[in-house]
Amino acid sequence: MASAIQLRSAVSVAGRFPVLAGVDLDLDAGRVCVVLGSNGAGKTSLLKLLAGLAPLSEGSASILGYALPSDARPLRRQVGLLGHDVGLYDELQPEENLRFALRAARVDPARAPGALERTGITGRLASTPLGSLSAGQRRRVGLALLVARRPRLWLLDEPHASLDAETRSLVGELVEEAAAGGAAVVATSHEPELAVPMADHVATMAGGVVVDLVTGGRPRIDGVPDVA
Amino acid sequence: MWRDAMLVAERDLRIEMRSKVALWQVVPFAILVLLLFAFALGPGPALLKESAPGLFWLALLFSSVLAAQRSLAIEGSDATRESTRLMGLDPAGIFLGKTLALTGELIALEIVLMAGVILLFHVVVGTWWLLVASLLVAALGLSAVSVLYGSLAGGARMRATLLPVLVLPILAPVLIAGARCFASAMANGPGLGGRWLSVLCVFAAVYLVLGIVLYGPMEES
Repeated sequence: MASAIQLRSAVSVAGRFPVLAGVDLDLDAGRVCVVLGSNGAGKTSLLKLLAGLAPLSEGSASILGYALPSDARPLRRQVGLLGHDVGLYDELQPEENLRFALRAARVDPARAPGALERTGITGRLASTPLGSLSAGQRRRVGLALLVARRPRLWLLDEPHASLDAETRSLVGELVEEAAAGGAAVVATSHEPELAVPMADHVATMAGGVVVDLVTGGRPRIDGVPDVA
Repeated sequence: MWRDAMLVAERDLRIEMRSKVALWQVVPFAILVLLLFAFALGPGPALLKESAPGLFWLALLFSSVLAAQRSLAIEGSDATRESTRLMGLDPAGIFLGKTLALTGELIALEIVLMAGVILLFHVVVGTWWLLVASLLVAALGLSAVSVLYGSLAGGARMRATLLPVLVLPILAPVLIAGARCFASAMANGPGLGGRWLSVLCVFAAVYLVLGIVLYGPMEES
């Protein structure tokens, strides 16, 4: 299986503070890695490095075959990041937001309605400005963008936060589908009981480094991985 | 680059049409500034008419900073800026798109302000082509400077206070050249207005080129 992520002693410095202090991580395409750790452990910084948004100060990083920091721009087109704030526009309706993002990313905007339907943003919700939706509904719009864009690398920052039980279950399904379609997925979480069942690998971070890595071996297509 | 510019301009204008911030905040502010200037100068029509070019451009500059703040706030949060970077838009296209959208808003503002000075300051325009050309070129230059320095000013918290401090001194040539063009347009012939119009053209061209080249590296940093 093709390698999606190869980090070797990766250091990322924000200001003068090393938010990542030498991370080693490998992940193949079609696999899911859940990253656990307390607040400030470096989980979100790791996602931003993998997205080509944070600087690589030392070490080496190859993401989807792109070397950082030189290939950060072409890498970003292949990456979907769902953060705490979905980064869309409050004044626009969900479908308008998705159509803009898809056209910007050179993806067929006709995928937008289907993706919104997949995440339950239908009827009145689809025509409501994003700023009037609840936090959970906004996250579902963010998930719909990932579904429509079909990035090769999914980066999910605490994807279960602010979601009801039904949507939490949907997150698991979407991650499963993405991995089955060949995408690599990295998800941070404070809720291991929800996140770990999705995982092929579980990394635990502290102080900007990976302090523990549990690697499962079973292919995603077989269902629940053996890393719980 | 042009494809991305059109995409971004369309998005910014659509957001402005929805939020109507320019309509309900920037335009009333511009009219208030004109009114206050008129009150400060008193009812004498000669003084009002003589002061009109400078006061028009001061009102336009102050109001344009407000309009620029709003335009830049569309990508105000870190998440939105990151999201835009992940879409893979050409940075030069983002700069041009935001500049074009802001230019459109400033042209609308200029029309309102012009109506205001004609009514309040008893202005009679003799050379319309010079006035219209100077306003169009100045709107482009003001927008280019605001978008470029807005990116330099960084996140929303800093930008609100930093942008006017950065931008207003840079816009001094626009104030001087624009006021001279306006004064020439009020006279019977264009006089030296053509030369001042050239200054506005050079200013707009320089900042458009600088923005196209520098916007990407500044957003990355």
